[in-house]
Amino acid sequence: MTALVIILTVVLAIVVTVQIGRLSELAAKIRGEQESEADSNKRNAYGMMVFMVLFLIFTIGSSIYYKNSILWYGPHVSASEHGSALDKTFNVTLFFTGIVFVLTQILLFWYAYKYRKQEGKKALFISHDNRLEVIWTAIPAVVMTFLVVSGLDTWNTAMADISPSEVAGKDYIEIEATGMQFAWLLRHPGKDNLLGTRNYQLIDGTNQLGQDWTDEKNLDDIMPDRIVLPVGKKVRVRITSRDVLHNFDLPHFRVKMDAVPGMPTYFVFTPTVTTEQYRKNLGELDKDGEPMYPEWHTPSDPEDLTSPPRWKEFVYELACAELCGNGHYSMRRIVEVVSQEEYDRWLAEQTPYYETSIKKADPVIIEEEVTTEVEMLTENDAAVTEEVDAGARN
Amino acid sequence: MANQDNSHLEEAVLEHQAGTHEQGDHGHDDHDDHHGDKYQSNFITHYIFSQDHKIIARQFLITGMFWAVIGALMSLVFRLQLGFPEESLAWLQPVLGKWIVVNEIGMGTLDPDFYYALVTMHGTILVFFVLTAGLSGTFSNLLIPLQIGARDMASPLLNMLSYWFFFIAGAIMFASLFLSTGPFSGGWTAYPPLSALPQASSGSGAGMTLWLMSMVFFIVSVLLGGINYITTVLNMRTKGMSMWRLPLTIWAFFVTAILGLLSFPVLASASFLLMFDRNLGTSFFLSEIFIGGEALEYAGGSPILYQHLFWFLGHPEVYIIILPAMGIVSEVMSVHARKPVFGYKAMVFSIMAIGFLSFIVWAHHMFMSGVNPFISNIFVIFTLIIAVPSAVKVFNWIATLYGGSIRFYTSMLYSIGFVSMFISGGLTGIFLGNSAIDIQMHDTYFVVAHFHIVMGVAAFFGMFAGIYHWFPRMFGRFMNETLGKIHFWGTLIGAYAVFWPMHYLGLAGVPRRYYSFASFDFAGQFGMMNKFITIAAILTFAFQILFIVNFFYSIYRGRKQKTMNPYGATTLEWTAPINAGHGNWEGDIPEVHRWAYDYGKDGEDFIAQVTPLRENETESH
Repeated sequence: MTALVIILTVVLAIVVTVQIGRLSELAAKIRGEQESEADSNKRNAYGMMVFMVLFLIFTIGSSIYYKNSILWYGPHVSASEHGSALDKTFNVTLFFTGIVFVLTQILLFWYAYKYRKQEGKKALFISHDNRLEVIWTAIPAVVMTFLVVSGLDTWNTAMADISPSEVAGKDYIEIEATGMQFAWLLRHPGKDNLLGTRNYQLIDGTNQLGQDWTDEKNLDDIMPDRIVLPVGKKVRVRITSRDVLHNFDLPHFRVKMDAVPGMPTYFVFTPTVTTEQYRKNLGELDKDGEPMYPEWHTPSDPEDLTSPPRWKEFVYELACAELCGNGHYSMRRIVEVVSQEEYDRWLAEQTPYYETSIKKADPVIIEEEVTTEVEMLTENDAAVTEEVDAGARN
Repeated sequence: MANQDNSHLEEAVLEHQAGTHEQGDHGHDDHDDHHGDKYQSNFITHYIFSQDHKIIARQFLITGMFWAVIGALMSLVFRLQLGFPEESLAWLQPVLGKWIVVNEIGMGTLDPDFYYALVTMHGTILVFFVLTAGLSGTFSNLLIPLQIGARDMASPLLNMLSYWFFFIAGAIMFASLFLSTGPFSGGWTAYPPLSALPQASSGSGAGMTLWLMSMVFFIVSVLLGGINYITTVLNMRTKGMSMWRLPLTIWAFFVTAILGLLSFPVLASASFLLMFDRNLGTSFFLSEIFIGGEALEYAGGSPILYQHLFWFLGHPEVYIIILPAMGIVSEVMSVHARKPVFGYKAMVFSIMAIGFLSFIVWAHHMFMSGVNPFISNIFVIFTLIIAVPSAVKVFNWIATLYGGSIRFYTSMLYSIGFVSMFISGGLTGIFLGNSAIDIQMHDTYFVVAHFHIVMGVAAFFGMFAGIYHWFPRMFGRFMNETLGKIHFWGTLIGAYAVFWPMHYLGLAGVPRRYYSFASFDFAGQFGMMNKFITIAAILTFAFQILFIVNFFYSIYRGRKQKTMNPYGATTLEWTAPINAGHGNWEGDIPEVHRWAYDYGKDGEDFIAQVTPLRENETESH
């Protein structure tokens, strides 16, 4: 039925179009072609001005309307250290491009209107003006230089790996996120704060990451269902993939990095806002007790008006931002940023994956597996070293 | 002496005979509905395997329009799923069959595999078939010989082959739509391993094989076309047509062809290496993969290598798309503002600068791909430098309007719309090109908004400007102006309504290529906006029906072109007769005496390029 309606609508639209076309030509003939052309010229010139006004209202108005829903502003300033610098670079760029946007759009449509064809007015003959060209080459060049310099400064700070002194002082946590179709496998280094080695050929139903159980560092590694991080502590995320490209995306922390099979990547960041604090920021009231960000005070479940307001339900989320197949849109994990005490408590409650899932299994099988693993290891020694090397480089 | 005289006489006689012979031919042609030269006497050689650049231009255009409609319809289907995930799409089942999954209560949803196939095909079709072949193919073919004063391309045969390789590429891609496993669905960039492993996605099997084959044919088509355009522009300019007298359209097509010639072979190499990985067990792009329950043997390859190869084409490709549009807009704007294009030489140097820089910025697509962050520094610098020549072009277009006497033909409206789109989309490029900001923006809807506005909509606007403007040159009739203007305003408002809101989605961090936003709190809060975008997309498409009807109706019934130079333009294409046959000019090729932009000089409305310089007159640039 819907299909039929659509076909009929299209046919009707075509017929109407042809008729409009014919009528317009007929009308032009009756009124005299020159006069109707002059009329149409004037209408379209006015159209330029009307469009300009509506367009600027639409663009500026919509950005005000959405300012509390998008990141960068108000309650959504970055929840990580390097992210604040990013936000600043963004705002500086927005400032410059915003000015250029409004000025050039106004000039474009206003000139189009102002210099419409009019009786008795002739076009000026201006072929070029080298001074003007120099000016409007130089100004963008200067602005771009400024943006490049400040942008690269931010970039190189944000992308810096853990420094050797930090490695020595162990003043950071290294966690691991591994993309697979279609989930993130998370690994926490456990008490020793060291991630054990892996070999993709060891992967099976229980050993999803291909951890090498002969490596002691693996034995206390935890595989949590969410990322839990202490506030204010540097985190190095080791990002890997089992199958195709994925992308480790934490929008609230301004973190994004591809997960590449065969080449571990990393991202270092320091969370600065706990989940609790972020919620409070969203739910903040102003002096008169009115919500600062009303959109966050609506019920979290639109169907159920008694459900808690949205700000109370806020969580940080981990997503995938590189097309990885038909389940790309569903690779969600929750990220929690908590105080150091809560973090310590959480860590104490966790049981290493080896204890829960591997050790309890038939010991004979384990032994067999270990021997084959050792064989494989010798075979794949080169590959493993390479992976470790790549990790270190990154 | 006598001997010499004799030979002179002989030559004269021969020339005379040749002349009469030619005249006879023309007489025959007129009788036979202007059918060009004697080699093209029947329907097949005239309309199908034609070697006349004007016919080939029409072939590219109409094939491009066919693909544009297919590509746009695809986007509507996936927009319906994104905007109205709770509404049933069961009514599409008669067309899409098993790709609409209907549950027990009759609720139909788009199969995610097919959603990704549609997204992928939409990208591939629009980028390659519509905005490369349909835009550059059409107007390079139509305008290069006509505007430089040549009877045809340097090699009409290669030119014909260029179209037919494009046709084969299209036929293969079209066939892939009907595979039981679906067409390729790994994104138009076809990143391995997803594109290399049939286990990773149903579209990466036969669908990807056909996609790669189609691409190779397409690359051949671009190369044959490009080689021809370059040779023609360099060698076949008429007397007096120095490079500095070329209209900006030709400059744009010329640089575009060079970009294509240098970058498409790299895509070919990427395609071949990918074929080897898929079929011959090599490991160029693959390493340490566990998929479908088994660890694969590939070792030592790098998916990043593919990205380098792909974007070495991919980035020049976006300029291959936008430069011809820029050329068309410069020309149309100058004609209808009745003013010389402002800063002709600055425009040419900008085109060259953009073309050159486009080769050394490719890795700005890869800031977050795991390449060494230090490398990104260099690419940020070059990328943001492109903003300078781009800004120069925008200022020059605005200055061209200043003090003009603007006739708002539909083509002129589209040219102004183009500049507006180019500003809006170009400025967001400054965010994305800066790697620090790109950390947050990469692969979000902000990118989608950016490239759709700056190279999708803008290039379409350039194409529409060109079609409305040169329609009489192609078909000897005009398109209907009233319909054209309704089409313009609807498309301008519609395109902004579709793509502007996407900036906010991207600013909220919503990743692109999501089948559903419901899995995430941060992405799922924009239900209203997604509905708005979908409705706007449907309405914008409806306005395109106006264009298609107008186009085909006008070919047969449009207002006839009565004068040879209906717009009062200076360039050579308007000195050839209406419905010119193969060879373009009946007598001698006209000689050129001045640049292409003498509008309003010395109080005259325009001075054609064929008009000799007056005494004491100097050229104006």
